[in-house]
Amino acid sequence: MLDFDKLARGTLAAAVGLAFSVSALAADITGAGATFPYAVYTKWAEAYQSATGNKVNYQGIGSSGGVKQIKAKTVDFGGTDAPVKEEDLDAASLVQVPTVMGGVTIVMNVPGFKSGQIRLDGTTAANIFRGAITKWNDPAIAALNPGANLPNLAITVAHRSDGSGTTFAFSNYLAKQSLPFKRDVGAGNNVNWPVNAVGGKGNPGVAANVQKIKGAIGYVDIADAMKNNMDFVALKNKAGNFIVPNQQAVADAAAGANFKVKGMAPDLLDQTHKNAWPITTATYMLAYEKGGDATKQKGVVDFFTWSLNNGQKMAEELGFVPLPPNVVKMVEAEMKNIK
Amino acid sequence: MSELDATGGGDLHLKQVQKFRLQDKFFHHATQLFALVVLAALVGILISLAIEAWPSLKAFGPSFLWTNIWSVPDSEFGALAAIYGTVVTSVLALVVAVPVSFGIALFLTETCPIWLRRPLGTAIELLAGVPSIIYGIWGLFVFAPLFAEHIQPPLQNLLGDVPVIGGWFAGPPIGIGIMTASIVLALMVIPFIASVMRDVFETVPDVLKESAYGVGCTTWEVVRNIVLPYTRVGVIGGIMLGLGRALGETMAVTFVIGNANRIVGSLFAPGTSIASTLANEFGEADPGLHIASLFALGLILFVISFIVLAISRWLISRSMGSEGL
Repeated sequence: MLDFDKLARGTLAAAVGLAFSVSALAADITGAGATFPYAVYTKWAEAYQSATGNKVNYQGIGSSGGVKQIKAKTVDFGGTDAPVKEEDLDAASLVQVPTVMGGVTIVMNVPGFKSGQIRLDGTTAANIFRGAITKWNDPAIAALNPGANLPNLAITVAHRSDGSGTTFAFSNYLAKQSLPFKRDVGAGNNVNWPVNAVGGKGNPGVAANVQKIKGAIGYVDIADAMKNNMDFVALKNKAGNFIVPNQQAVADAAAGANFKVKGMAPDLLDQTHKNAWPITTATYMLAYEKGGDATKQKGVVDFFTWSLNNGQKMAEELGFVPLPPNVVKMVEAEMKNIK
Repeated sequence: MSELDATGGGDLHLKQVQKFRLQDKFFHHATQLFALVVLAALVGILISLAIEAWPSLKAFGPSFLWTNIWSVPDSEFGALAAIYGTVVTSVLALVVAVPVSFGIALFLTETCPIWLRRPLGTAIELLAGVPSIIYGIWGLFVFAPLFAEHIQPPLQNLLGDVPVIGGWFAGPPIGIGIMTASIVLALMVIPFIASVMRDVFETVPDVLKESAYGVGCTTWEVVRNIVLPYTRVGVIGGIMLGLGRALGETMAVTFVIGNANRIVGSLFAPGTSIASTLANEFGEADPGLHIASLFALGLILFVISFIVLAISRWLISRSMGSEGL
């Protein structure tokens, strides 16, 4: 095992030259936080290690845990789905950059209707998810789906039972669409779902509930929805088009967003691009402006620089959406502040 | 010579005794230390739970126990829904599990052919060793759809219009909820209760049973009048063991209970339990009142388990007293 490592490292060093032998000196780095990017960070870490020999260890402990850990300096970088606010970043001297994007999709189980065959707009979706619309043949749904033979079937709302960045993005989107939703359900990692709701643990739990319960509607991230071959609701975006979610629609949403803000966390929800998927999110990496250990700080920057430039394909395969090239440039510039 | 022998022997004897005494003392203290570690761990858990739960206990006071609100966005918390779910699922699980376990244990000890005893007994012990997440996954993917399709609708047709009871079976048949969690819990505790019952039924002296059969008792009469009175303490212990497991069960319940932080009268409706709320919300809990309230829930579960233990002790001592054992 050791010999193999040495061999691999030696070959690489010989092949690529001095650059890698410098980075090979970088210490192992540790990160912790959001579970949403866990799959892609782990994949990147694996590829990064076989390319450079440096180890990156990421633990999916949850967004709030990630923020807590980086503030306590127990990790070299933190991961969070809910961006840390500008003033908090300044107060804690943290740098925040987006690393990868995703979309939250609305999935359904209505007998006779396949992916994209039921259309909703933001307000109607909000009314469904706050329990104000309880039947699939409700006039509000029928009005958006002229000619569709909607069943007289009770709606069951499937949601995340664990606190989650997916819930954070989804509830924030619906709260923007509907004041009653904001008032009754709220927006955050955990919210107050209506009486006709069922909680499942993790995206797979929600996916399973939607697939098992006839008349269910739920929200899961795009990766899990595709993996489980689920039926999507077509959602009306800001430009007025009904969009069936896919990775391109998420990328289109990001194309119109302005990342030139402190913390690089623009609101990606409800973007104006004509093909934009309305519920687009990013996940963020947090690191110290001035860390105690310069080699570890450099290790963090090296890892994400490498991943953002070499890991797009891996991210796509896992159902994530890579950052647009111009945003990658901005992230690289911002990471210069990590010293 | 003989004098020397005597004194030398006495000396040697004394030394030996002292050595043994030292060994005994060491043994006593070492084992005492191990036992005290358990006590220290228990007290330590209790104290750390109380400290972490303090902000919530201070903010909501004792009304935390009977408030039916669990709202993270409004930072308002009450434990009633979780306590309700925990108690109802555990009690329902026992209602199902105790008669079944009793039947299993009786069959195994009284009427089972000898050749079947070992395989059946082993199967029950194996069932007790199945990890709880397996029950959860099975419950969600296999049992819940079957329950929704083939059991809930007929039950609703049969009992839906009966006053009072009808309300227990109201709501759309979605397959997951309090009832499903109770049934899965029952399956999980049956092996525990059944194996304890079997073990204690086996301790009944054959001479007692044989005399009863000898005077013409039926099997049921032997069970009712000889086996049960003789083993009452063990049977209660087995049931309490099952109840303890049901109260604290986390993963399996989280999968099938529906995880809704509210109380709905219907047993078909989703609910939550203390353990499943903790499993769901701990990872991403907001600092402050949310996390403190989760710790307070943990503390409550601790207290409930303690109460169950105390009741079982009391039942055991009472039945021992009445039997004059």
